[in-house]
Amino acid sequence: MAAKSSILTQSNQVRRAIVVGGGLGGLMTVIKLCEAGIPVDLLSLVPVKRSHSVCAQGGINASVNVKGEGDSPYTHFYETVKGGDFLANQPPCKGMADAAPGIVFMLDRMGVPFNRTPEGNLDFRRFGGTLFHRTAFAGATTGQQLLYALDEQVRRYETLDVEDDRGVTVPGEKMVRKFEFWDLAGLVLDDSGVCRGVVAQDLKNGEMRAFRGDAVCLATGGPGLVFGRSTNSVINTGSAAAIAYKQGAIYANGEFIQVHPTAIPAADKLRLISESVRGEGGRVWVPKDRKDRRHGRDIPEAERYYFLEERYPKYRNLVPRDIASREIFRTVIHEGYSAEGEQAAYLDVTHLCKTAAGKSAVRKKLEGVLEIYEKFAGADPYENPMKIFPAVHYSMGGLWVDFEKGADGSLKPGSARNQATSIPGLYATGESDYQYHGANRLGANSLLSCIYGGMVTGPAMAAWRDAQPQSAFDLSSTLFDTEHKRRVDEYAALGSRSGSDYSVNPYQLHEKLGEMMLQKVTVERHDAELDGVLSSLQDMKAQWRKAAALDPAAKGTINQPTVFLRHLDGMLALAEVIARGARDREECRGAHYKPALDPELHPDDPKAVGRDDARWLKTTLATFDGEGPALRYEAVDVSLEPLAKRDYGKVSAAKPPPGEAAAQGPANT
Amino acid sequence: MATDTVTLKIKRGESGGASRWEEFRVPRKPMMNVISCLMEIQKHPVTADGRGTTPVNWESSCLEEVCGACTMVINGRVRQACSALVKDLSPKGEPITLEPMTKFPRERDLVVNRQRMFDALRTTKAWIQIDGSHQLGAGPKVSQDDQEVMYPLSRCMTCGCCVEACPNYNDRSDFMGPQVISLTRLYNMHPSGRMQAGARLDALMGAGGISDCGKAQNCVQVCPKGIPLTESISVMGRETIKRALFGWLLKG
Ligand SMILES: Cc1cc2nc3c(=O)[nH]c(=O)nc-3n(C[C@H](O)[C@H](O)[C@H](O)COP(=O)(O)OP(=O)(O)OC[C@H]3O[C@@H](n4cnc5c(N)ncnc54)[C@H](O)[C@@H]3O)c2cc1C
Ligand code: SF4
Ligand code: SF4
Ligand code: FES
Repeated sequence: MAAKSSILTQSNQVRRAIVVGGGLGGLMTVIKLCEAGIPVDLLSLVPVKRSHSVCAQGGINASVNVKGEGDSPYTHFYETVKGGDFLANQPPCKGMADAAPGIVFMLDRMGVPFNRTPEGNLDFRRFGGTLFHRTAFAGATTGQQLLYALDEQVRRYETLDVEDDRGVTVPGEKMVRKFEFWDLAGLVLDDSGVCRGVVAQDLKNGEMRAFRGDAVCLATGGPGLVFGRSTNSVINTGSAAAIAYKQGAIYANGEFIQVHPTAIPAADKLRLISESVRGEGGRVWVPKDRKDRRHGRDIPEAERYYFLEERYPKYRNLVPRDIASREIFRTVIHEGYSAEGEQAAYLDVTHLCKTAAGKSAVRKKLEGVLEIYEKFAGADPYENPMKIFPAVHYSMGGLWVDFEKGADGSLKPGSARNQATSIPGLYATGESDYQYHGANRLGANSLLSCIYGGMVTGPAMAAWRDAQPQSAFDLSSTLFDTEHKRRVDEYAALGSRSGSDYSVNPYQLHEKLGEMMLQKVTVERHDAELDGVLSSLQDMKAQWRKAAALDPAAKGTINQPTVFLRHLDGMLALAEVIARGARDREECRGAHYKPALDPELHPDDPKAVGRDDARWLKTTLATFDGEGPALRYEAVDVSLEPLAKRDYGKVSAAKPPPGEAAAQGPANT
Repeated sequence: MATDTVTLKIKRGESGGASRWEEFRVPRKPMMNVISCLMEIQKHPVTADGRGTTPVNWESSCLEEVCGACTMVINGRVRQACSALVKDLSPKGEPITLEPMTKFPRERDLVVNRQRMFDALRTTKAWIQIDGSHQLGAGPKVSQDDQEVMYPLSRCMTCGCCVEACPNYNDRSDFMGPQVISLTRLYNMHPSGRMQAGARLDALMGAGGISDCGKAQNCVQVCPKGIPLTESISVMGRETIKRALFGWLLKG
């Protein structure tokens, strides 16, 4: 290769890397590639500035110890793996926690308007799963502010020229070319299975195009839409990850889906009320009297049951999310408590707003979050306790990625193995990978893992690219033409689905899928129900084959219903990975909870094992066998910290709320 | 006397082609917004008079008014569809009209092309120029007071409401719009962003810059994020005048 330029081909084409997805993970990867001098094609479903990362409200974790509490990156690392019920590989988590303060400083240098202390330092708040003030935040729209900062840096690279190996400007070529409103349609894999590029579709006119790339990264976010309604943006179908999985990439730990304890129930989306509300002193409760129909604000203090505080006197309202969701679910669904008779609990900040000063302090820190309640639920949260219920929020699972461990036991930066999927040359980062959160993610750790993932992925892709004997740009075009044609034909077939053979409306099918997954594969999982889900999924896949293109005449223009067929296919594939993983995992760990295996509920049943480290301290690996997932398992790297019981100081589960009439007994479930 | 259905009148059409109106009726549900109505139409693409049609194309992502994707003209007013609640738009079952924004080329139905707004961010160098993403220690200190000015400016989601309302923004002028003027104020306030303030001011003084603003103040009234656009315009107006008068001295 030495004679050839590493930047230009002989026909003066620029050798680029490809990043699909411009959320925090993708944008950080792009920045790192550009800093390494590698030009990038960046593809995204929506303008990257509108990526789902904008939704994050609460903040980003980093143990800067501004409040002098004795916090340290090591504690952050430990709480991350403990919060994840020890299912995360420890070296990457250690690398992430160590890098966190530097990441927040970098974001600050990029101009993120973080909240400040009186001295002008970054301010930090508390989040779940820790007792420290560790979460930096920018008002109530931290994700938006972080995304904008990275978007701006990438926009700058859109204006910077590519330079060849001698430092001479290549006319007309910029470091970053953005392809926005483009959808991934397929990966280009060569004969030895190496990823050499992608095929993607321009959503504005339907045109398919093959892109060559000397390394490819998917940073395409989570699959929340598999559950129909969730806290996710509506573009989060997981389609890109599903395409990779169907082309051979391993999908790991799919069954670990985080359900956030506090969201506003609604028909189109379950809007999140951030954990920061509890971090700033918000309390969760239900009326002690199960039949109480009064408005929350009219119920006197003594008649409220603060069940999280009673059950977890140390962490109180800030237990990790899986625990809080389960407690709310149990209290409302099984114990029959309600908010104004609805299946909901209260999340309350009104006690903080009794004085004008208190109210203005709450407004300052939480305005953006509370605004969401005001805007979408139509009630004033400063005066009224908010009605909330758990909602699907985040996927700990995702594309399997590798890491290389350094001599210090932490992730070794610069290695081409880091963030590499099981398909050589294909990388994954952000919520679309599985690496950093084990069985449950701590609040404010995702923005961090996305950015850290990007910081590691860029150099890993550069190392991979440098080690390749042949560039994708020197391969014959046949390889690209073949995959291109396959995807063109596939789309044409989808687009011509009309007539009586295609009687299924794909949006109705999606609704059915979502409702089933939401009811049966979230907070509580029962084997018999999961068996039912797996068999219904076979029916739904058959129905998908009958799903119609609702706009077959629209060619050469925007055609959302036909593109949706592709995304629905991906959602069905991931639904099966999730449900199969849940069915087969015979234990309770983090977000994966089977009441039948909970020793607290079944103290005398030897089969109720709870967390079963002997058999299940393992990563689930799903591969597509042509029909559905085949599962294998892999050991978890727990080389740094020994396993411990994941204890947040719960006091007796069965303890009734003080003052409750004994006669009431548990409600029928 | 709210009815049990919602009536929508939607202006549809192709890029460059003629428009047509289609009317739909969808079941009314609690907490419904315009996007949930459009989702109902996807599930039942049939017009109010019973004709089969195609689902409407529109843009959306976050559904919580933070990404800026779903801007359209609803009952004559430009705003986000996701935060437009049916109970407010149609308390008594009045029909709701949906039209694409008019200041951008229509691509199909309610989808328009807003690339011009993103291009303006490039022109005005809307970023902080850092030396690299590697470790260079903590960022500059910022007072709480400054943060309180900067944070609201930074919430601009490039949604387009302000330019839709601005009489001076159209396909006959290059005007980049009030949002970039406001963002320039943000970057020029930042302790290190300030170091490139001159280059950003130059861009604002060039084609499509601040002198194209006629101070009509329509923009500030429609910004969903309450960004103080007219205040930013007057702050930057003063800055550009200062630079026009004394800039050559500073350039030295
Ligand atoms: C409401 C809410 C609040 C949250 N709050 C917090 C918080 O306070 N702190 C925290 O740490 N985390 C939080 N999270 C989690 C966090 O926001 C996400 O996990 C994170 O932003 C994901 O970023 P990402 O870069 O992986 O992907 P995303 O931001 O989802 O970006 C995905 C990108 O991929 C592109 N893409 C997707 N599919 C395709 C395709 N098929 N073809 C082409 N491009 C595609 C999209 O266009 C987009 O650019 C929150 C999540 C939600 C839902
Ligand atoms: S003040 Fe008027 S002219 Fe100036 S940007 Fe706003 S609406 Fe347009
Ligand atoms: S200034 Fe306001 S109205 Fe204009 S684009 Fe930004 S958020 Fe939208
Ligand atoms: S969908 Fe994001 S603003 Fe409406």
